[in-house]
Amino acid sequence: MENYHAMLMKDIRFEEGLNACMNCGVCTAICPAAEFYEYDPRKIVDMVQTGDNAEIEKLLKSDTIWYCGECMSCKTRCPRGNTPAFIVMSLRTLSQKLGFFTDSEKGRQQFAIKRTVGENIFKYGYCVATYAVSPEMHLEQGPIWDYIIDHTKEIYERLGGNIGEPGEGPLRKIPEATRVELKKIFEVTGGTELFNTIEKYSKEKAEEMGLEFKDEGIDNEYFNEVFKANNNKHTL
Amino acid sequence: MKEEGKKRIWSDYQKEIADDHFFYVRSCIRQTFFPGSEQFFLHFMRNILGKDVFENPSHTSCTGIGYHGDIVPLRTIMSVVARHFALMKESGYKNIAISCVTSFGIYTEILETWKHFPEELEQTRADLFKATGREFDIPENVAHTSDIIYKFRNEIADKAKYPLINKITGEPLKCVEHIGCHYAKMFPKHGVGGAEFPSVLSGMIDSWGGQVVDYPERRHCCGFGFRQYLVQANRGYSLSNTMKKFNSMQPFKPDLVLTNCPGCNMFMDKWQYTAKEMDGTVYGENGESIPVLTYEELAGLVLGYNPWDLGLQFHMVQSEPLLRKLGINFDPDDKFRTKDGKQMPVPKKLINA
Repeated sequence: MENYHAMLMKDIRFEEGLNACMNCGVCTAICPAAEFYEYDPRKIVDMVQTGDNAEIEKLLKSDTIWYCGECMSCKTRCPRGNTPAFIVMSLRTLSQKLGFFTDSEKGRQQFAIKRTVGENIFKYGYCVATYAVSPEMHLEQGPIWDYIIDHTKEIYERLGGNIGEPGEGPLRKIPEATRVELKKIFEVTGGTELFNTIEKYSKEKAEEMGLEFKDEGIDNEYFNEVFKANNNKHTL
Repeated sequence: MKEEGKKRIWSDYQKEIADDHFFYVRSCIRQTFFPGSEQFFLHFMRNILGKDVFENPSHTSCTGIGYHGDIVPLRTIMSVVARHFALMKESGYKNIAISCVTSFGIYTEILETWKHFPEELEQTRADLFKATGREFDIPENVAHTSDIIYKFRNEIADKAKYPLINKITGEPLKCVEHIGCHYAKMFPKHGVGGAEFPSVLSGMIDSWGGQVVDYPERRHCCGFGFRQYLVQANRGYSLSNTMKKFNSMQPFKPDLVLTNCPGCNMFMDKWQYTAKEMDGTVYGENGESIPVLTYEELAGLVLGYNPWDLGLQFHMVQSEPLLRKLGINFDPDDKFRTKDGKQMPVPKKLINA
């Protein structure tokens, strides 16, 4: 078995996030995820500080590490200066690196985030942009969002937007040369490698689950499954 | 306690905010959902206060939503942010103005990381140079755009056309303020008032004549949770946390919610619509929902700007109940018109309309 604890220690967020937990449970008391999910950050911190590799492997393959909302409220309140959310972030990074994330329903969702937010970064230079928020996938945006999508140009013009055009302003077109720079940054710093890792293990999982997988876009059975699947066993 | 000791303790909660010459970086969420707010900020700074605020069109997303969605590595986002610092250096600026709380949290996390792990700073310098040939300096001053509005809040109060007073009752408007977790919960010293006494929004409300509502879940997260909203299967988390806040504030009968963070604003607006659709729940008085405003939208109203040029009509919860309380004589026929005054179709089923 790999030494997962040693691998986690290479992530500065783990090193910085875990000093010594005294199990007081303040992080759990303040945690918005613990409010509604079957989730207890205190237990995660307590477990990883034991260094028990078999238990860490279970965690890396579980839904548990994907319940945190990264609001970081725990960082403010821990009397020992720990940051449980940083520990969770390092666990998520390792889970993806090792391909364990596809073992859990919540972990598999990383594919959906990569294919939406991740692709937006390269396509537009933004994580989120009006034209990339489809009303069908975001019903809670309500009738105003349908209206904005139908009348984008006129609405943004009145509000000083510069949608899809060169120059300054909201939703301006990010120049091609800039998007090339972003891509190079991702290549040099491991961002592209993480994208490829998510793709590789997701494709393998789709085959295992007998679901259609396409190399691009969101119009495929596997995306639909991971974006919407909910076994209703996550909440308290 | 001696005066000197008091000063030393309170110095931890003070923030130095630059006065002029800002390098401005936009927000993905704000320019998508509240483009009028970003444009009002620039108009106010440049044309009303006469300040120098520079925007380089080549800046991009900070990729913070990807980072907190765990698909962008820390090493990658450090170089994306460093690239913005490089653009700032090339443009001759030393003060950065950040238009998004998620981005602000990213910037503060990275700056603190570099301070505690200098080898990470050197790695980022090498990465950015290898990828782009660019070099950067660390900014001298880092401000969220609300910090800057806070700094100039009294100038706004001096010019106020519509202070935050209910014109019908003569009472101060009851204002809920929502700071947004990533503003000061992570690195308190970067926020006005820190994590314990955050006054960036309450300072504006006080200065403009309103009354700040204190309620039990005042500091609870709006419920964004990044992946908990980005993925449809998880959105119950986001909705449930927002409803927890609204249930807590409801007995205090707020007239408005003022937000610092674009995500919080969008969720507190859109989840009110969802709650109403689900089972008819509304959190305001008289069967109405509570308008949720950005600090620029509120500053604009106080200064007497046309609410429809600020973009208030593009929230799900419409602001007319608030405009009436403020005594603003708005033109309903101007609400859905183009820049050139051409009438557009009127959207249906908006809340409070």
